[in-house]
Amino acid sequence: MNLRQTKIPLFFLAPTILLLTLFVIFPVVNTVYISFLGEDDEFVGLENYEDVFGRRNFWNPQNLVEGNPPPYGALIHNGIWIVLHLPLSLFFGLLLAILLRDVKGGAVIKSAVFLGMVIPMTVGGILLRFVYDDRAGILNGLLRIVGLGDLTRTWTAYPQTILLALILGTVWIWTGFSMIVYSAGLEGIPKELFEAAKIDGASRWRTFRRITVPMLKPATIIVVTMTLLWELKIFDIVWVIQQGGPGGASMVMALMMFLEAFLNRSFGTAAAIATMLTVLTFGFAAYMVYRMVKE
Amino acid sequence: MKLKLPELKLSKLKPLEIVARLRKVKKTTILFHLLAWGVSLIWILPFLGVFMASIRPLPEILNGWWNFDVFNPTLRGFVGAWNHPTAPLNRALFNSLLVTIPSTFIPIFVAALGAYSFARFKFPTRDVLFFVLVLLQTIPQQMVIIPIFRIMISLGLWNNYIGLILVHTAFALPWQIFFLRNFFSALPVEIEEAARIDGASYLKIFYKIVLPLTLPALASLTALQFVWVWNDFFFAIVLISSPELRLATQAVAAMPGRLAIDWTVVSAASIMVMIVPIIVYVALQRYYVRGLVGGAVKG
Repeated sequence: MNLRQTKIPLFFLAPTILLLTLFVIFPVVNTVYISFLGEDDEFVGLENYEDVFGRRNFWNPQNLVEGNPPPYGALIHNGIWIVLHLPLSLFFGLLLAILLRDVKGGAVIKSAVFLGMVIPMTVGGILLRFVYDDRAGILNGLLRIVGLGDLTRTWTAYPQTILLALILGTVWIWTGFSMIVYSAGLEGIPKELFEAAKIDGASRWRTFRRITVPMLKPATIIVVTMTLLWELKIFDIVWVIQQGGPGGASMVMALMMFLEAFLNRSFGTAAAIATMLTVLTFGFAAYMVYRMVKE
Repeated sequence: MKLKLPELKLSKLKPLEIVARLRKVKKTTILFHLLAWGVSLIWILPFLGVFMASIRPLPEILNGWWNFDVFNPTLRGFVGAWNHPTAPLNRALFNSLLVTIPSTFIPIFVAALGAYSFARFKFPTRDVLFFVLVLLQTIPQQMVIIPIFRIMISLGLWNNYIGLILVHTAFALPWQIFFLRNFFSALPVEIEEAARIDGASYLKIFYKIVLPLTLPALASLTALQFVWVWNDFFFAIVLISSPELRLATQAVAAMPGRLAIDWTVVSAASIMVMIVPIIVYVALQRYYVRGLVGGAVKG
């Protein structure tokens, strides 16, 4: 095509540039700016950041160090979320992708597992609340059946259990994503590789280690990055269940940002939290962005 | 690697033959199936539970929805959620459609134009712009919400669907352009060049030749964007505040309340709110999955 034509693409791109500038690029820059402003819009430097780290709702490592139950603060909660949720949802996603590939009814079961990714996260939160409910929930029902009836409780109602309950619940919700990406990855591996391995007498485990895992690397990069971003931004589920409670035991960064901005009208601290959230996001996404640009 | 159960045509076989056939199925194969079905049950049970709860009275649910000693199905939950005193779904579901449909199609239209420019033209700032676009895909909603909130108030678009639709449109553009550019780049340019020689305008080429070829990609974007906007809660609670304007995700989030939950009503509401994206997903499943795996950037 005529590569010297430079007005055409700008005409086609004009609505995009306008919308992105007004509703994404300007707001991002503005949020960074707001994070340096005090209550009367005066410049306060890094005070908001110091202030945020001084809050027990955001940064409370002492409880963790002393082995007390949460709250540990939103930043640490997001960290725990990552440490537990990432490996578990990767593991279950890969397990289901492999198991369901060769099983009768696998496609239907995959669709059902993937539903967690399709439903609104507010409904996802309600589903978890239902599963963990003292009387209506099936978890406690199972505990009663296996004779652990005195353990039963509403697992999302207590600071000792809510964080772990939510993290495991979000593994349930998010596994569909890693399963689907891994399934697509598995389909992309040439059958000849497995056949050759079989002829060479390689065991199943060896085939898995030497062929499946390396061939799934691109899928793993996508799954890890997207899962990390999702864990950082988690909001709806926590909101629906206890709005960060009880006593901040399920507080996370995105929720704290929202409460600071729209409940306390403390936009400076909210912007500081949002900025830190975004810096972390960029850090985690850097490798994937690098690969996308290189393509 | 493929494990297959031998076909069993039970009607034509005598009992002894059935046993003989079953023996041929490897033990590992049976174990494999049991494990797969067992693990999958964990993912299906909560959905089954919420469905049972939506059609049973509260005392039966509190007794365990898996107990069927007494079973008196009721539609009280669905009626109650539909006409809920504080969060009626009849209104909220309609509101969500009102926001979701334009928020699905407007960005796709805008993104298609933008992506076409990236795929087919060279212009001075192209590479820089494209890099910015990739970066913008990772921006969390929290990072833009305070200025957007202020902009919308000053434009008079706060608590107004137009504001929300504009924000959804802008937020969708980076990943949609990225997704479509890859798709356009894979299309052969020869047809377009021939049309150009025949005197067709760029706009005409775009609508008459390129877009029809792009339908599968557009189906992927439609499925993903519809589900994303319908499910969104964060933009909605910041930008929409009047009870009568509330969207479905806001209504369902407001329903449980702090203390005793009426699970019949809440479960019915959950089903009504999630059934819409589920229908879209089932109808466009192939495109949905392809979009997610191909673009793979949507959080």
